[in-house]
Amino acid sequence: MCGIVGLFLKDKKLEPKLGMMLSEMLVTMTDRGPDSAGIAIYGNDENNTGKITVQSDNPSEDFKGLEKEINALTGIKVSIRTKSTHAVLEMETASIPAVRKALKQIRPSLRIMSAGDTIEIYKEVGLPKDVAARFDVSSMSGTHGIGHTRMATESAVTTMGAHPFSTGNDQCLVHNGSLSNHNSLRRKLRREGVHIETENDTEVGAAYLTYKMQQGSSLGEALESSLEDLDGFFTFLVGTKDGFGVVRDPIACKPAVMAETDQYVAFGSEYRALVNLPGIEEARVWEPEPATVYFWTH
Amino acid sequence: MQTFDLEAQGLRELNSTLHAQVDETNQTSWEITNPKGSHAIAVGLDAPIEVNIKGSTGYYCGGMNKQATINVSGSAGPGTAENMMSGKIVIDGDASQYAGATGHGGLLVIKGNASSRCGISMKGINIVVHGNIGHMSAFMAQSGNLVVCGDAGDALGDSCYEARLFVRGSVKSLGADCEEKEMRPEHIKILKELLAEADSDAKPEEFKRYGSARNLYNFDVDNATAY
Repeated sequence: MCGIVGLFLKDKKLEPKLGMMLSEMLVTMTDRGPDSAGIAIYGNDENNTGKITVQSDNPSEDFKGLEKEINALTGIKVSIRTKSTHAVLEMETASIPAVRKALKQIRPSLRIMSAGDTIEIYKEVGLPKDVAARFDVSSMSGTHGIGHTRMATESAVTTMGAHPFSTGNDQCLVHNGSLSNHNSLRRKLRREGVHIETENDTEVGAAYLTYKMQQGSSLGEALESSLEDLDGFFTFLVGTKDGFGVVRDPIACKPAVMAETDQYVAFGSEYRALVNLPGIEEARVWEPEPATVYFWTH
Repeated sequence: MQTFDLEAQGLRELNSTLHAQVDETNQTSWEITNPKGSHAIAVGLDAPIEVNIKGSTGYYCGGMNKQATINVSGSAGPGTAENMMSGKIVIDGDASQYAGATGHGGLLVIKGNASSRCGISMKGINIVVHGNIGHMSAFMAQSGNLVVCGDAGDALGDSCYEARLFVRGSVKSLGADCEEKEMRPEHIKILKELLAEADSDAKPEEFKRYGSARNLYNFDVDNATAY
C-alpha cells in the first residue's frame, strides 16, 4: 500500500508551519504504511551553506567529535546538528564532495541520507507519529517537503528500505507501488557502475533517475523515460531544490489526489491527508492523469 | 432529520446506526457532518432512507447499497457505490477510480468527472456521469447502462458483454471487442429516462452508443497459438 504526502508552499507566511502541516498529513496516512516513515524537507537557503544528512545505528559514538575529525583531515569547517539517529553536517556547498569522501574514510558505517543546499532527509522504522516526534518534524520550517509511510512489499523493513531515497544533490524520490523489473534493472545499473545499496525496488527507481540525469537528461526527461523503462505500479513524488514533481504509471491504480490554492500545492495518497490544510474547502482538488509528468517550482 | 457528526461519533457507530434502520423506520432523513475523506461511509445500507453527506468521502462510500438514497456534497474516493444493488447515489463533485464497480442495480450519478475504471464489471447498475470518465471504464461490463455526458478515456468497454455504453463527447480509444453501435428508438428512450433521473439536460440524440462486438464470446481455435 504505502502513503505519500507532499506540500509545496507558495505563501511565504506558511513556511514556519511547513513541518507541522507535513507531519500532520503524514500521520493521517499511518494506516497506509505503519512499518516506517520518512520525510524530505527543503529548508530556507539563507546562509548559502550546503548540508549532508547522515544516519547511524550508533549515534552517540559516531557523531561525537565528527566535525573536528573532518576538519582535521580536510581543513574544511563543518558544523553539526544531531537529531536522534540522524545528524546534519553543514559546510560550504563546494566542500560537499570532499566531506563525503572524508566521511567514507573516517566513518564508513555512516549512511548518507541526502546532500545538497537545502534538503534534509529523515527516515526510520516505526509508526509515522513516532518517527515524526523523534526528529521533531513539526518544528521544522521550509519551502516544501515530501513524506512517505511505508507498508513493505518488495524488501525488508529497515531504515535503508524506508523512503525518501536520495537521487542526487537536493533531489529525492518517494514511491507508492511496486516495481516488477527492479532485479534486472539493478543488475544493469550496477554494470554501469551505479551504486545501489539495498534489495529495495524504489532504490532502483531512484538510482535509475540519478543515472539518467548523469547521462544528461533533465529531471523531467528522466521521469518521462521512467514510463518506458520501469515496469510495475508506481505513483512517484520527486523533490527538487525548487519544487516537486508527480508521475503515475499508465495504469494508475495507485491513488493520488492533488489540491491547489493561492497558498500551496498539496499531494496526498488520499483526500484524508489534505482535509486539515487551510482553505481546503475552496481548493481546486483533482487526480493527476496517468502517464503525465507534473511539476511545480518556485 | 437526524444529524450525525462522524468525527465525534465514529464510523462503526454511524454504520451500525444506519444498519439498524428498517423498512418501517420513521427516521428517514440523515445528515452526516465531518466526513473528511473517511473510508466506508454508509456501506451496506438496506432501508428506504435518505443520507446526506456534507463534504468529501474516501474509499467505498455507499458500497453494497440497497434502497437508500445517498448524496455526497463533495467528491468521492475510490470504489464509490461498489457492488450497489438498488437505490440511488449522487456525487456532487468528482469520483475516483472504479466508481460503481460490479454494481447489480440502482443509479449512480456523478455530477463531476469519474476517474479510471468507472463501471468496471458492472452487472446491471445504471451510471450517469455529467463530466468525463478515465481509462479502462466499463472493462468486462456485463449489463446495465453507462452514460457519459463528456468524454471517455482509453480502452472504453474492453472485453465487455451486454452493457450499453453511451458517450456524448469523444472516446479516446475503444477497448478490445468494443464497437460503436446503432442508436435505435429504444436506446433514446432509455437515455431520456436516465438523463432525466440524473438531472442532466443533455439531449439523448447527441450520444453515440457502444457495446460488445461479441467476437470474444466463443473461443476461436485460430487464436490457440496466441497463448
